[in-house]
Amino acid sequence: MNASVPIKHTQAESDLFERYESARETLAGSVAVSALREAAVDQLRDRGLPHRRVEEYKYSDLRAFMKAAAPLAAAAELSRVQAILEDQDLFGGLERYRIVIANGSYLPTLSDVDALATEGVTVTNLNDALSGEHGAQLLAPPKSGQNDGVVALNTAFVQGGVIVDVAEGAAVSRPVELVQVAASSGAQATRIKVRAGTGASLHLLETFIGDTADGEVNSVFDYDIADKAHLAATRLIVGNCDSARLLTTIATIGAEAEFRSLGFMAGPKFARNQQFINFVGENSEAKIYGVTMVGRDDLADQTLIVDHAVPHCNSREFFKTVLDGRAKGVYQGRINVAQHAQKSDGEMMTQALLLSEEAEMANKPELEIFADDVICAHGATSGQIDEDLLFYLRARGIPEAEAKTLLVLAFLSEAIEEYGEDDVTEGLEARVRDWLASH
Amino acid sequence: MPAVQETIDQVKAIDVDQYKYGFVTDIESEKGAKGLSEETVRFLSAKKNEPEWMTEWRLDALRRFKQLEEPSWARVSYPRIDFDDLYYWAAPKSVEGPKSLDEVDPELLETYAKLGIPLAEQEILAGVEPKNRVAVDAVFDSVSVVTTFKEELKKAGVIFCSISEALREYPDLVKKYLGSVVPVTDNFYATLNSAVFSDGSFVYIPEGVRCPMELSTYFRINEQNTGQFERTLIIAEKGSYVSYLEGCTAPQRDENQLHAAVVELVALDDAEIKYSTVQNWFPGDKDGKGGIYNFVTKRGDCRGKNSKISWTQVETGSAITWKYPSCILRGENSRGEFYSIAVSNGYQQVDSGTKMIHLGKNSSSRIISKGISAGRSQNTYRGLVSAHRKASNARNFTQCDSLLIGQDCGAHTVPYIESKNASAQFEHEATTSKISDDQMFYCLQRGLTEEEAVALIVNGFVKDVIQQLPMEFAVEAQKLISISLEGSVG
Repeated sequence: MNASVPIKHTQAESDLFERYESARETLAGSVAVSALREAAVDQLRDRGLPHRRVEEYKYSDLRAFMKAAAPLAAAAELSRVQAILEDQDLFGGLERYRIVIANGSYLPTLSDVDALATEGVTVTNLNDALSGEHGAQLLAPPKSGQNDGVVALNTAFVQGGVIVDVAEGAAVSRPVELVQVAASSGAQATRIKVRAGTGASLHLLETFIGDTADGEVNSVFDYDIADKAHLAATRLIVGNCDSARLLTTIATIGAEAEFRSLGFMAGPKFARNQQFINFVGENSEAKIYGVTMVGRDDLADQTLIVDHAVPHCNSREFFKTVLDGRAKGVYQGRINVAQHAQKSDGEMMTQALLLSEEAEMANKPELEIFADDVICAHGATSGQIDEDLLFYLRARGIPEAEAKTLLVLAFLSEAIEEYGEDDVTEGLEARVRDWLASH
Repeated sequence: MPAVQETIDQVKAIDVDQYKYGFVTDIESEKGAKGLSEETVRFLSAKKNEPEWMTEWRLDALRRFKQLEEPSWARVSYPRIDFDDLYYWAAPKSVEGPKSLDEVDPELLETYAKLGIPLAEQEILAGVEPKNRVAVDAVFDSVSVVTTFKEELKKAGVIFCSISEALREYPDLVKKYLGSVVPVTDNFYATLNSAVFSDGSFVYIPEGVRCPMELSTYFRINEQNTGQFERTLIIAEKGSYVSYLEGCTAPQRDENQLHAAVVELVALDDAEIKYSTVQNWFPGDKDGKGGIYNFVTKRGDCRGKNSKISWTQVETGSAITWKYPSCILRGENSRGEFYSIAVSNGYQQVDSGTKMIHLGKNSSSRIISKGISAGRSQNTYRGLVSAHRKASNARNFTQCDSLLIGQDCGAHTVPYIESKNASAQFEHEATTSKISDDQMFYCLQRGLTEEEAVALIVNGFVKDVIQQLPMEFAVEAQKLISISLEGSVG
């Protein structure tokens, strides 16, 4: 609508155009990929960064938040990356495989490439594929978010990433941690493609560690889940940082397949975890969970769109948010049911617990239904800690602070436990306790 | 209530045309010039002998309107409206205000008869003394023609008259409250209404008065190509109570007609306003041709402590409905309620809901919305519940259920729930489903036809809301729902 009238660019937008000019030569990709990048920058030029007048960003005004945009991070020093990996282990003690990306580039030398190969998992450098014949396909936008500003920002600046192929029928015995390390200042943009073959199963851990970079981190995870495959994705967006964390999931789910995800957020000043889930095969299931802790004057946004495009699929969305300080929490969820997607079952729940007077929560659970033979429901609640429960615990000699911790933990654990990846349950609950202790 | 017998009767009543209120009454009417301009507004204002400040108020609104863009966020689509191709003034010739019923145009009375008004006003118009008195400020096209019971209301100190009359008789009251709930520039259609509103009702309930009867207005859109721009203003002083009924029907037409009303309610300390609507304007024919465009701004301001505003609506008509009756809960302990049934069939598009804006401490609100979509219609609930910083202990409960009948319709729910106060407790739940096979089987097994079964089940689905309606309206509403759903099964 406002494309016809040129907009006045903000400092951050000008910085982004400058970043693009200086980096375009070094950004990987075929001619078609370059054209996509160019188009994404044009979109940014026409519309600017997503802002509150864009319905999907009504509560998360990225344009107002980003005061400036740092240049892209330069290649990381290997020794520094190693040091960070040792220092900041988010899943200490958990047996898993690792795939390491640092400052936006895949580092095969630090990744468990050979061990993964024996499990049927092949890891390819994204940049090689981007330069190939089908490179442009790797940057396809989500179906229900064709013009999403954050995805466009990613497309324009993708520095690197990996393609993870899980062979047909392979059941990977340990979780695979896809760790993205910030080993110096600068912005990062990565794209991860995961293709789970027919009947394969995999648990992915998606983590972000390293120095608190001054640039935004923008990562798009694109999952192709083939028929009968199972994919679980545990995403941790933790640690205090003053720049934006922009994460996107695109999931395409085949027949009789299962996708589960947990977005765990605590710490960043501005975090958005957006997910676009699309059923393309019948009798499949998606279970999407969110656990958000947000304090100070930070903003945490969980956004998702689930597209029931085919019949007989179930989806369950369950989001928990705890707010403190002057924080702002956002939940926007939408279940779309296409006209022929009969027998769809969607159940969405979002609950918020406000610990301080000045915190605020915005819930927007939507249903968009064009088929008649469906069962869809959503619920939303927000409130503070139940005084009666607190009294019950205190009457039994538990100090107030501890009682609160117990209640908040119980509130959040409901989602963590229903997610049901036992490997990580304990670790995540420990993080909840850490967060509560620091607030 | 004897639901079964009633439902069977209703289904029998379906045996008529799908839209039984489709007719045109032949009364000569006087029209202004087509088009939206300063001249139109001045002409309109002059016709109504309005004071100077009112003319200026309208002109100011017109100037602002010219700068606004038509909103596009609602889930409705329709051809662009050419506001310069509409008449903004039409009045039946017999405008002088008849002293007795004999002076009323007989065709007008026949119109009411055809409408099958279930309330007592038919009798009132026919001169029969009713048991339960209902005061009618009948709006035939744009000008109030018959106002009954005015004297009796006057005894209680209640002012119930057309807004044009109020502008002449009580200019200070109008000036104080008009536009104070829905500001001139509130939104595109409200601004248009402010510039060209034709007429509407004015109600003033003095301090401590419980209005002795239910107040009722029937709207009729009658003249071809006439936009109808009603403006209603209800003021309930401290400790007063009023129940206001609004019901609408319109004749069958090819061309789309525009209706952009504004309703403002003000409730002061301990006052209560109950506003009920049955809306049954022409929804367009079975091919989606014609029908009323209904773009309404309704808002209540719970200004005082312990004040209460309750909206109840049954929406079965209109090709396009764009309507969000809202409550601003400003006063401490104030309460807002919204009960809604929205039935859409054929090619109807409904985008309706409410806003509950909690500003005062301990304010509470309740939203019950039942959407039923059939045919090729689209039915959207769009609502906002918000608690501001100072709204400690605000409470809201929202339930919006949608029922889908048939494969080509859509039901959508778009709630916005914003809490800026930790002690505010909000609960929201929504479901979407079809009539279950079990329920249908049960009914069919007991000898009901498919259509009867649907009517029965739907009546059960909307019962929570029907119960909130005044008695006479409840009966009419149930009939309307059955009629609206005719042809949706089988």
